[in-house]
Order: sequence, then structure tokens, then C-alpha cells
Amino acid sequence: MERINSANELEALRKSILSSRDTNKPCITICSGSACHASGSKEVAARIEEEIAEQGLSDKVDVRKTGCHGFCEKGPIIVIHPEKICYFQIKPEDVTEIISETIIGKKIIERLLYTDPATNEKIIYESEIPFYKNQERLVFGSNGSIDPKNLDDYLAIGGYAALAKVLFQMTPDQVVEEVKQSNLRGRGGGGFPAGSKWEGSRNAPGDIKYVIVNADEGDPGAYMDRSLLEGNPHSVLEGLTIGAYAVGSHEGYIYVRQEYPLAVENVTIAIKQAEEYGLLGKNILGSGFDFTVKVHMGAGAFVCGESTALMTALEGRAGEPRPKYIRSNVKGLWNRPSVLNNVETWSNVPLIINKGADWFTSFGTESSKGTKIFSVVGKINNTGLVEVPMGMTLRDIIYNIGGGIPGGKKFKAVQTGGPSGGCLPEGLLDLQVGFDELTKAGSMMGSGGMIVLDEDTCMVDVARYFLEFLTDESCGKCVPCREGIRQMLQTLTNITQGRGKEGDIELLEELAETAQEAALCALGKSAPNPFLSTLKYFRDEYEAHIKEKRCPALSCKELIAFYIDPEKCRACSICARKCPSNAIIGGKNLIHMVDQEKCTKCGTCFEVCPPRFRAVKKISGEPVPDPIPEEARIIVRGGKKNE
Amino acid sequence: MDNDRVDQITDNHKCECGHSGIVEGLSDRVDRIIDKHNCEASSLIQVLLEIQSENHWLPKEALDQVAERLQVPLTRIQQIATFYKAFSLVPKGRHGIHVCMGTACHVRGAQRVLDTVENLTGIKPGETDLDLKFSLETVNCLGCCALGPVVEIGGKTHGKMAPAEMADVLKNYE
Repeated sequence: MERINSANELEALRKSILSSRDTNKPCITICSGSACHASGSKEVAARIEEEIAEQGLSDKVDVRKTGCHGFCEKGPIIVIHPEKICYFQIKPEDVTEIISETIIGKKIIERLLYTDPATNEKIIYESEIPFYKNQERLVFGSNGSIDPKNLDDYLAIGGYAALAKVLFQMTPDQVVEEVKQSNLRGRGGGGFPAGSKWEGSRNAPGDIKYVIVNADEGDPGAYMDRSLLEGNPHSVLEGLTIGAYAVGSHEGYIYVRQEYPLAVENVTIAIKQAEEYGLLGKNILGSGFDFTVKVHMGAGAFVCGESTALMTALEGRAGEPRPKYIRSNVKGLWNRPSVLNNVETWSNVPLIINKGADWFTSFGTESSKGTKIFSVVGKINNTGLVEVPMGMTLRDIIYNIGGGIPGGKKFKAVQTGGPSGGCLPEGLLDLQVGFDELTKAGSMMGSGGMIVLDEDTCMVDVARYFLEFLTDESCGKCVPCREGIRQMLQTLTNITQGRGKEGDIELLEELAETAQEAALCALGKSAPNPFLSTLKYFRDEYEAHIKEKRCPALSCKELIAFYIDPEKCRACSICARKCPSNAIIGGKNLIHMVDQEKCTKCGTCFEVCPPRFRAVKKISGEPVPDPIPEEARIIVRGGKKNE
Repeated sequence: MDNDRVDQITDNHKCECGHSGIVEGLSDRVDRIIDKHNCEASSLIQVLLEIQSENHWLPKEALDQVAERLQVPLTRIQQIATFYKAFSLVPKGRHGIHVCMGTACHVRGAQRVLDTVENLTGIKPGETDLDLKFSLETVNCLGCCALGPVVEIGGKTHGKMAPAEMADVLKNYE
């Protein structure tokens, strides 16, 4: 590949790529994001390539392995272009039929289409499926159409035009001003205005400055940064390069978790390709601007997502945060001015440059502009990544896009913002999502995790879960976090295990206040949020655990027992066969009983008991009924029980 | 896991000539990795990650070698090797079991799946069995929440796991 030496050459190359592509030629795109990968997209892709070769169609059909399409619930996903027919949950066995029926025969295979659960209708096109239809996919939308390993694909959708624009038509100050005008706020958690951060760095003294991509996405249940970096690495690189030009930096880093091997691979390839094309490295596009990017793999520490800890880790040391008397955009990595933004924030930059701050601010609320990608997971029908304009209500996200709660269960709460966030109850479903709106309600935007909880989820356990996570991830540098969170966890564990006592709630509140006030970094300061928000909205659950030793959600293992209702058991023996602990006292035509001594409360019996019997029950806060006498256990078939 | 257990595991796997089978040929590989990073001390974490990735754990010998060649005190290497989760100072089993404990998996019953795995393998998270068959780890989100609860074994993802299915899955590993 020859280097591109000017903006005109870039446009000429783009034209030649577009003209070499026949838009009417069939193209099968296969989602190869991590989630689809886990559900078998690799095998499907291999079968498609094999089948196309076997049928001699190699010249007539393109196959493109793309990044995450977002609808992870229905993976593996394929989309057939140019018609844009969507097929879901494809298995390798379906491939032969897809090629012969749809590609050659131009016929649609009904059974592979999406079925709208509300109307039972089959939907052919992505744009008509409620999950996609109600989104605004500005940043994430290109994922489904480009091969992340191929720079030409990114150029074909207008890639690097924003970079050319800033290099040749804008001064660095104008770029900073545009980003400030757009009111783009950090998508990684804090929501700090990106433009102000850039400006601070630009004005800071020193010749050496750094720009950094924070791809140390650690919130459990949030994977939008991973999907962006895997699916559209050039959009991140382009944004980063624009940022570098704006602040006057010539060196950038991408700090990405080693747990994301595909993201590491794709971004490394992207850097190499961009260097070959002259879009990175010395004299970018012939403009005289130099910028290089290195990939640094994180070795697994949640706290490294914190800006100062991340910079310490980049320096090759243990990633502990430091006090921010001087902000890192003035004194950061190796004490130089350093701009650190999240993956999604950087991806927004090319859009803002291309379309302008006015366009960007037309989306969103007063204080939160643009869109946000959320990963909607947990007890939800349509698990996946959704991008919506700021200001959409939680209800619209969970019900219109997420498809509501599975199994006819009742919604209880939605947890946003990861371990630093909080749980919002049903009464707040009409809350508009935005940085300030969520914070006001006691939660936060965070990186965009949205975990839906149903009636079976114990809120005390959710708080305990996050504190356990944070105890494990606390770096141990400051006492309020290291010791305070640990004590909070201990008290919450006691409560969930039936050892809670009067005064525990007050003790927890006191510890929470200390951590909020005195911890060194955001990890410790926000650690009490899961507890405080669940206490605020679900105090009754805490009290039931402490006073009645009862778990209202029937979830805390130590507070529940499994019991087989003798009136309902029909001795089908399924539970006895499936029980991993041999805790079911069974026998042919004998009403089954749970041996409470042996039971490990894994819940298998509860799950496998056929719905027509529903004999296995969970009980909490009351004693397990005595076993029935041996002679009463005999069942006489024909519907009559032997008395 | 303590040093005794490391010794016990390494003793179990010595070859006939008395060499510890686990660290055979490691020295050359460590040299190669260090050379690749131009002996730069700031690349310490990246060097350790590569050794971990090739060898699946960081033997004492390898750490000594890194300390000497990068001119970094062993205490700092120990600090890093214990601070970050990716590093293991004990040998790993042939099959790494990663039970996802991310929030989405947690609310779908990951704890019960983990309990079952512990019962079946006899090891706790962070441990390796004496036959070096399994190592058990918990992870905080594998990014495939639609499949939760998820268990990854040797790179293969097993989605929608229930405690009852765990035994059948583990049977397939030798």
C-alpha cells in the first residue's frame, strides 16, 4: 500500500474503493463480536466460506466478518446485503439452506427470521425490528457493516475524513472549541466535559504531551467499549489522532485489558494499517503532523480504570491511584500533560468534527448531549448493546428496546453505573437517562452498564455482591477504602446469611459516609453507592433480613430452604435424578422429600420440577414443615392417593 | 496457594532426569521475550504478561531472570506479580475453568454454578488440583451476558449453565 500524502489523495482513494465495490453484489455479514463468537459464530462463518467455495460462488458472494451488531441475545447473527435480510441464532446446519435458498434462490427462510413476541409476526429487516428501530446508532451503527481488520471498509463509510478536515482546515484551537461546543462528556464514568479536559492540556506547559484511550473496561456487565474497539477500531484511532492534534501531542497509548484478546488484536492491526496508509506515524497525510500510538495491555486490575491509576500502570508500576491536587491533564503520565478519555468518548469525536457541534447537541438533554451506548443485561429478554439518545427514559430502554422481563416476572430494579452506581426502583422507570439525572437519583451513568433485576433478585445481595467485588479490587492504598469497604462487606454478608442484628444498618451508613468523604479515588468514594441506593429504595428488604431472618426475594442461600409440597409431588423422580448432592429422598411411587441435611441449595430441583406439578417450593423466614409419615408417601396411580 | 503446594505440584511433575518438567526450556523463552522489549524496565508488565501467556504461570526462576536482565529489584516484580490478577505464581492446570461472576451472571445464579464446580473439582477459585488437570478462577465479566451464567473452560465458552449440567461438561476434559 502506498502512503496517502494529502487530503485529495485520501478522497481519491475513497472514490476508487467505492467504485470497485458493486453495491448489488450479495454480501453476507457475520457478527464476529465476542458474544456471537461465544455462541458459535466462528463455526458458522467457516461453514459459510466452505459452502460458498463448494458451490463455486466465491466470485459472486462476499463474506464479511464484522464486529458486534448489538443484539447479543439472538446471536449468531447474519445480515444478507444488499437486501439487508437478518437471520438470527444461526447454526452451521442452516448454512447450506441459506446459500441455496436466500443467496441463489432469493427466497426468505421464515424460521430464521426474528419473531416479534408481541404480534408473533416475522420481521425481515433490521430497521423494522423493535430492538434496533428504537435506537439511535450514531457511534455503534457502523459496527455491523465493516470488517474491523480492513481499513478500506472504514474508508468506504467516510473514515478519516474528519482527521483530514482538522489537519487541513482547522487550527488546534478550533478543534478544542468545536468539542467544547458539542458539550461531549466523558463516557467512561465521570462525565467530565472532554473539551475542557483537552483545553487544560493544550494550555499546560511542556512540549511532550500524551493522549490515552481508556479501554480498561472493568464494570461487570458492561462491554460496549470492548465491542467498539473490536468492531470499529479505526473510529477510536481517528478520534484519538484528532485529540492529539488538538492538544499538541505526538504520542498516544491505548490501555486495553488483556482479557480482551480480540480487541487487542484488532486495534493492533488497525494501528499497523493506519501507519501503512500514512494515517498515523510521521507526517500524517502530508500535513507535517506526527503521531504514534502504542498498545499497552492491562494485567487485570479494576482500579486501573481510574485515570491516575491507569497512568501509573502505563509507567510499568502497580496501578495505584494518586491524589488529584493537580489534574492529570496538566500533570499525568510521567508527569506530563495527559488527556485520558474513554473508548466511546474518542469514537464520538470524528462524528462531531464531520457533522458539527450543532448537529451533536441536537441529540440529548440540556446537560447531556449526544447518544450513549448501554449494555442492557440481566433479567431482560433482549440482552445486548443499545445506543440511544441521552434523555430516553429507562422504561423505553428496558421495555421498547430490551423487550421487558422474561418469564412473566415482575421488574424490581435496574442497576446502572457498575460497582459505583446504584439501583433504581420501578417508581423511577420514567427517569430520563443522563449524567446529572442519574446522579440525582442516587445512581450514576458510569460506563453504561444497565443490569435489569426482577422479583427474584435480592437487593441486599446485590449490594453485597458489589462490595465483594470492590473489596477484591481495592488497591489497598488508603484506609477508608481498604478497611471500610471490607467492614461493610462483612456486615452485609452477615445480614444475607441471617446473622444481621439491630444497628447494622446504622453502622453501614456510618462506614459509607466515611468512605465517601475520605477515600482517595473514585473507587472508594463511590463504593457505598450500591448499598446506599438499595437502602434508600428497598429498606424493607434489609429489615426483613435482619429482623425476620427472611429473604423476600427467596434468593439468599442461608435464609431459604427447598421443600417439596406433598400435595403436588407426583413422584416423577426428575429432581432425584438431577440433584447433584443426592439430597432427594425419592423412590418409585413415593412422594419425594428434600433431605435438608444434604441439600446444598443449588436450586436444581426447583428448576427441573415440571411446570405442571410445581411441587418444589422455596421457603424463607419460616420453619420447613415436618416430613410426612412414611405410609402417607405412597402414591397410587390413577389419581387417587393411598391414605 | 503457598509455596508448599507449588513444591508439591512441581515434584509431581519432574521428569526422569530430575528436571522439573514445568520450567523446561523456559530460560530461553524468557530471554527472547525480554529481547523483544529491548530490555526496557518500563516494559516490565508487558514482559511478565508474555511469560504468563506462554508458560501459564510465573516460576521463581523466571522472575529472577527478569529482575536481573531488566535491572529491576525482585521486590518490585513481586509487587506487580501479586497486584495484577493476570499473573499466577503457581502452576496452572491443563484446563483453566473461568466462572464468570459478572453482575448479569450473578443475578442469573452464577454463585450456584461456582459452588457446583468447587464441589466437583475439589478446588477453590485460585487453586489448581494436584494432577494439574483443572485450575479454577472467577472472572468479572466475559462480555457475553446474553449467555449467562457463563463458564469458560480452556477458551471454550459454555453458556446458560445450570448446576445440573456442570458435571456433564467437566466429564469431557481429561
